[in-house]
Amino acid sequence: MTENALEISGVSKRFGDNLANDNISLSLAKGEIVALLGENGAGKTTLMNILFGHYVPDSGKVSVMGAELPQGKPREAIRAGIGMVHQHFSLAPNLTVLENVITGTQGIWSLATDTKSARKKLIEISKRFGLIVDPDARLGDLSVGEQQRVEILKALYNDAQILVLDEPTAVLTNIEAEQMFSTLKDMAKQGLSLIFISHKLDEVMATADRIFVLRGGKSVAERLVGDTNKSELAELMVGREVKRPVREASKPGNVILNASGVSVVKDGVERLKQADFHVREGEVLGIIGVSGNGQATLAQLLSGTAKRSKGSIALFGDEVGDLSVPDVVELGIGRIPEDRNHEGVIGEMAIWENAILERISEFSKNGLVDRTAGVKFADEVINAFDVRGATPTKRIRLLSGGNMQKLILGRNLLKQPKLLLAAQPARGLDEGAVAAVHERILNARKDGTGVILISEDLDEVLALADRIQAIVGGQLSPSVSAKDADARKMGLMMSGEWDDQEVGDEV
Amino acid sequence: MNEIIDILSSAGLWAAVLRIATPLIFGTLGALLCERAGVLNLGIEGIMTFGAMIGWLAVFNGADLWTGILIAAISGGVFGLLHALFTVTLGLSQHVSGLGVTLFASSFSYYIFRLLVPVAGTPPTIEAFQPIDVPGLSSLPFFGPAFFTQTPPTYLAIVLAFILAYIIFKTPMGLAIRMTGENPHAAEAQGINPIVIRYGCVIFGSALMAIGGAFLTLSAFNSFFPTMVQGRGWICIALVVFASWRPSHALLGALLFAFFDGFQFRLQTVLSGVVPYQVFLMIPYILSITALAVMARRARVPQALMQPFRRGER
Repeated sequence: MTENALEISGVSKRFGDNLANDNISLSLAKGEIVALLGENGAGKTTLMNILFGHYVPDSGKVSVMGAELPQGKPREAIRAGIGMVHQHFSLAPNLTVLENVITGTQGIWSLATDTKSARKKLIEISKRFGLIVDPDARLGDLSVGEQQRVEILKALYNDAQILVLDEPTAVLTNIEAEQMFSTLKDMAKQGLSLIFISHKLDEVMATADRIFVLRGGKSVAERLVGDTNKSELAELMVGREVKRPVREASKPGNVILNASGVSVVKDGVERLKQADFHVREGEVLGIIGVSGNGQATLAQLLSGTAKRSKGSIALFGDEVGDLSVPDVVELGIGRIPEDRNHEGVIGEMAIWENAILERISEFSKNGLVDRTAGVKFADEVINAFDVRGATPTKRIRLLSGGNMQKLILGRNLLKQPKLLLAAQPARGLDEGAVAAVHERILNARKDGTGVILISEDLDEVLALADRIQAIVGGQLSPSVSAKDADARKMGLMMSGEWDDQEVGDEV
Repeated sequence: MNEIIDILSSAGLWAAVLRIATPLIFGTLGALLCERAGVLNLGIEGIMTFGAMIGWLAVFNGADLWTGILIAAISGGVFGLLHALFTVTLGLSQHVSGLGVTLFASSFSYYIFRLLVPVAGTPPTIEAFQPIDVPGLSSLPFFGPAFFTQTPPTYLAIVLAFILAYIIFKTPMGLAIRMTGENPHAAEAQGINPIVIRYGCVIFGSALMAIGGAFLTLSAFNSFFPTMVQGRGWICIALVVFASWRPSHALLGALLFAFFDGFQFRLQTVLSGVVPYQVFLMIPYILSITALAVMARRARVPQALMQPFRRGER
């Protein structure tokens, strides 16, 4: 083999008591796509930050094209041809695309920015790699997918030969993600070398040539993509066999929620159009669709933060008017919001405070918050739902995404809600956490809770839901029984092709 | 009504507008530069006071006027360094640090002044900047006396607004500054050191503020008294928002406020006895708040304003 584009050898990095990287070695050939697979906290991001010069390793070295890279100097890493695409984009929303790309690329003391040649170069690169974006658009006006393109363009503009992408699909919709991976494959064909960090087995298997598995800061395995499979990778990544829970047959009870002809208008746009759906006790209704097709509005409607303009909703047999958030809490509707960091928890507040926030009156005595009771409740949630790394007084933002989600599930499910609204409950979670969350949802179903599962993950919906409706452009398809659903049919439904006659379950 | 037209058509009003605007232009540009890099500098009121004092004191002790301006600028830079130390290196609250700098600099100015200048019935004076007639233009009817017979610092302020606009929008340095104010982590990822940028902007911006203060003692008046800045610093902070963080708009905003101020002053003399003069004193502030409310709605605040930058943290 010719000289490797990149060689990481024996890198270790310790943060306090935590050995984030333990003697990790990795190589990358020209034109190759390598996936760095591992759960959250496995040390992937630390390794990439060392590579890019954000951190100085305690030992080990990084070489690019055979030359050793000075440590802790992002500028040198850029010069050597390493480009980093961060998970949280390093972009400025108020600047234009061009400005974002060329910042720092011209001598800081020059008397004028050379926008003309910069624009030309940017357009050339964006054509060559099929990353089309308007150079003069304000970055904040772009979609997340387009912003990611800018982030990649920024690296390419700096003549990157090695592109490092940190969880590139974490914030993308499925379609955007597919587009991105086909772009990445093109880039590899054109001679770029790519490393991407991921914990999603599907995309790793579909895109990478070679896979490094990291666990607990150690490199535990290296596999060519042809020599491995998803279940082996899952096991290597988690360190034990992971089984996603299986839905058992059940007998749904009475209808607890029945919505008919419901429309919601927001900002003058009809986000939900004449939607009909219902849920029974002990049943999971899956709402599948690509993000941005009205599922957020549907969730808001049932959470009491959006009002319907038409249609009727019956809850537990009675017609209800417009719901407010306190009504929803009062009625026993549990909610797992789509954006857990912004709508689910308040990061700077303690875990016990987050656990009781929506039921604060139940945890009050003489007009004061009953801290003892709150801490006790939080302890119950932590124990019952296996929230790791948590103590009631710790700030909740210090929890990992999966454990935060378990806490949100716990504070809702411990009270045995009659109805649970779960919006994208497993988004961004790693394999182990996904299994845990799914298991809790299925347990709630067994205990008689009706669940509305909003998701864009086909596997998730097929695994959990008894009945499935697709949502496209604010319209809901008729429901299809899970036993009649397969991936192909679901795919068609998600693109808006469904048979109006088909009804899986009559009310 | 006729009186108002008389006021508006007097060259004296317009000359006064430029004079009143000058310290505001310096102060606003200084505050704007700090904020573009992501640092709110509420030390401005105190820094202007100190600049007014030290500039005057230097000239009182025999320095020439431009040396006085330079010394004021250096003193402003030192206070800027202090503010940057607290807010950039230590990442402390920018509000608290800024107010601290204001309180300290204001009291310290008065302390030094009292220590070095004997108490006298009438405050001691210096020979202030004299108006310069711009050759050719100052002899124009109306426009000459209105706009072209100012003291040198006023011309400097106006030119500076355009220079700063050019730097911020047309040079790689300006782009680096804006990126630092929007997202310092992004700036760092592009090989720019946001800490150096922030230090530079706060120090240079504070120097401009101090020059604004020095204009008061070296050009607008010829003596120093401790309360002379009179909230001009706070006006500058509001003008930055009014200007949507653009130097050219800052220049307009400062002129607009100065116009209200000069206008109300002349209105007082015309309408004295009819309405209590305090009503007129309020006019510029009321109009400024109104203008701010209208303008600021569209403003795009630098996204990292008031956010400390810590390496490796997101």
